[in-house]
Amino acid sequence: MSRVKRQIAPYLLVLPGGIWLLIFFAVPMVAMLSLSLQEGDIVSGYRFTGHWQTYTEAISAYQTQIYRSLIYGGIATVALIVLAFPVAYWIAFYGGRRKPTYLFLVLLPFFVSFVLRTISWRQILTDEGPLLHPLREAGLIGQSFHILGTPFAVIAGLVYNFLPFMVLPIYVALERIDPRVVEAARDLYANPATTFRRVIFPLALPGVFAGVLMTFVPASSDFVNSEVLGSSETTMIGQVIQAQFLDNSDYPTASALSFVLMFVLLIGVFTYARILGTEDVMKVAAR
Amino acid sequence: MSASNMSDPTLLRGLTQRRFGRRDALRLSGLAGLGAALAACGVQGQGTQAPPSAEPDAVAKFWNGKVKNGTLNFANWPLYMDPKRPELKKFTAKTGIKVNYQEVIQEMGPWFAKVQPQLSAGQSIGYDLMVITNSFQFTQFRDSGFLAPLDHSKLPNYAKNVAAAYKKEAFDPGNAYSIPWASGMTGIAYDENKTGKITKLADLWDNPALKGKVGMFSDIQELANFGLLKIGVDPAKSTADDWERAAGELRKQKDAGLVRNYYDQSYVEALGSGEVWATQAWSGDIFQKNISDGTNFKFIIPEEGGTIWTDNFAIPITAKNPVDAITAMDFFYETANASTLAEFISYVCPVPSAQADMRSRAAKLTGEDKDALLALANSKLVFPTAAEYAKLHYYVSFEATSEQQKFQKTFEPIVLG
Repeated sequence: MSRVKRQIAPYLLVLPGGIWLLIFFAVPMVAMLSLSLQEGDIVSGYRFTGHWQTYTEAISAYQTQIYRSLIYGGIATVALIVLAFPVAYWIAFYGGRRKPTYLFLVLLPFFVSFVLRTISWRQILTDEGPLLHPLREAGLIGQSFHILGTPFAVIAGLVYNFLPFMVLPIYVALERIDPRVVEAARDLYANPATTFRRVIFPLALPGVFAGVLMTFVPASSDFVNSEVLGSSETTMIGQVIQAQFLDNSDYPTASALSFVLMFVLLIGVFTYARILGTEDVMKVAAR
Repeated sequence: MSASNMSDPTLLRGLTQRRFGRRDALRLSGLAGLGAALAACGVQGQGTQAPPSAEPDAVAKFWNGKVKNGTLNFANWPLYMDPKRPELKKFTAKTGIKVNYQEVIQEMGPWFAKVQPQLSAGQSIGYDLMVITNSFQFTQFRDSGFLAPLDHSKLPNYAKNVAAAYKKEAFDPGNAYSIPWASGMTGIAYDENKTGKITKLADLWDNPALKGKVGMFSDIQELANFGLLKIGVDPAKSTADDWERAAGELRKQKDAGLVRNYYDQSYVEALGSGEVWATQAWSGDIFQKNISDGTNFKFIIPEEGGTIWTDNFAIPITAKNPVDAITAMDFFYETANASTLAEFISYVCPVPSAQADMRSRAAKLTGEDKDALLALANSKLVFPTAAEYAKLHYYVSFEATSEQQKFQKTFEPIVLG
């Protein structure tokens, strides 16, 4: 009896998570795939016809928004690495006993809904707002200069909203670096720059990799920042999908676009993992 | 017999139904030869066209045997009634009908998508009364047979008090399935200090001083309406060719750099913050903004015309308590109730007599309260004059989903950038 129990115990452990994944990930995925191949309209209903053309039509109609989303997501991710690395580095190596406090400060904005925070940026950046109005009065910027509605505003919003997702994984990776490794590098006459380039950065790569995954994917499919801070010129694919689902009830197009986006992002992530050689990275991390 | 009695649709039912009661017979006898003529032209006596319902006895068939149950589940949009619900309290006191009022409708598309499966299956959606806009989804609701045909004999206050303009709405001729809850105009709102006087749509296209300072709606229908009116086409009568031309006109406006952005409800904020100086706007918003923030934005219906939209009461075909629902519909057409309701929502009131009621209530007040209520009563945004109604057009009405999709595809690229 107890042997049987011991044998099935691992399966029982995986069961809750497995069922969760099956119900809330696999089933919707299959349903969405089926939906993307259906034809019809909301009144007469949608029927499965294996209509692959929805994909080609959706891609040709919305390729601008797909490219734009990837570009915005990419720029935001690079900016995030540049901004988050020094922050994580400083907390990890110079945080001392206050580390938890600093990490808490990084996370603090999360205690306010991110939609609300994005809307407050809108108040700050608006044409006659506290930032631009004085500058305009002082004659430093032109009458028609504005920030809201520009790609800059949208990307800045993405960077702002996803910053903790980049800081935390990099911090975790840096935190795990044995200080003796760094000391050894110095003992071997590596100058600080070389130490960083040859020792610290490679060891931090798994964190950067995780951070990129956690930011590039959601940033590229985000639909809030562009909606709140952008204009019609910055429409991202997430907004298109949302509108197709909720405003137009065009479920096949919306599902097809979701799959296209997922596919493109997966290709991107795999290529990235390939180029970066995650396996080596993981090995380094495991050591 | 009064005019309103003569046009009573019960008469029609009396003529088309085999069984009719003694009272109907009495009314009929009073009409003599008129009866036949009335039957021939539908509910013409009421100033309306015949309902498009195929079955002449659809009304009777639906309402036969339906009785008051003392409960009403009412689905409406947010901010469409005083949060204290004074009208509903009064309604319950008067009729004994308990109301479960829910602000569950935010947008037409999602609402239709949400209730469509239940309605298709012939199941109750949990609501007996809903307020739906005269959008494409209204047509979908109607054409799918999801709306109960209205028994106008149960709507005497409506017949007596509604403004004539609402009886000939293109989306629901003869109010066969719906009567208005509130209505609004789409026009131009602008900041006169910055733009000078604006009177026509062309100002939003040609004025170089407005470069990058014009707001348009991201809602495809609203945007298209302005494009169509700009090229002199009545949206309700427009064709696919007109759509192409209108889209070209809107594209021209965009390429000339006039449009700052295509907005949803956030246009009010953009106007308030000076992001735009002139924008496509909904009448009630501007009124509320001016009252609450002390601003002085102007709202005009452009010379080329504006549009009118209406949020309408409708009863889902699967409603469990339709008699309670239609009783509530008529209740809101009592002058006093329409008046207090309009006071809160400050959109166009479909009951003209509410204006006098509002003025007499204002006369009893003092100070700021009095001024505010008087301003509302005298506002053309709440009680438009006949001349203004004449400048207002209805939306494009689609016959089929394919048409709607074509329309969508024609205008969508302008907004998506």
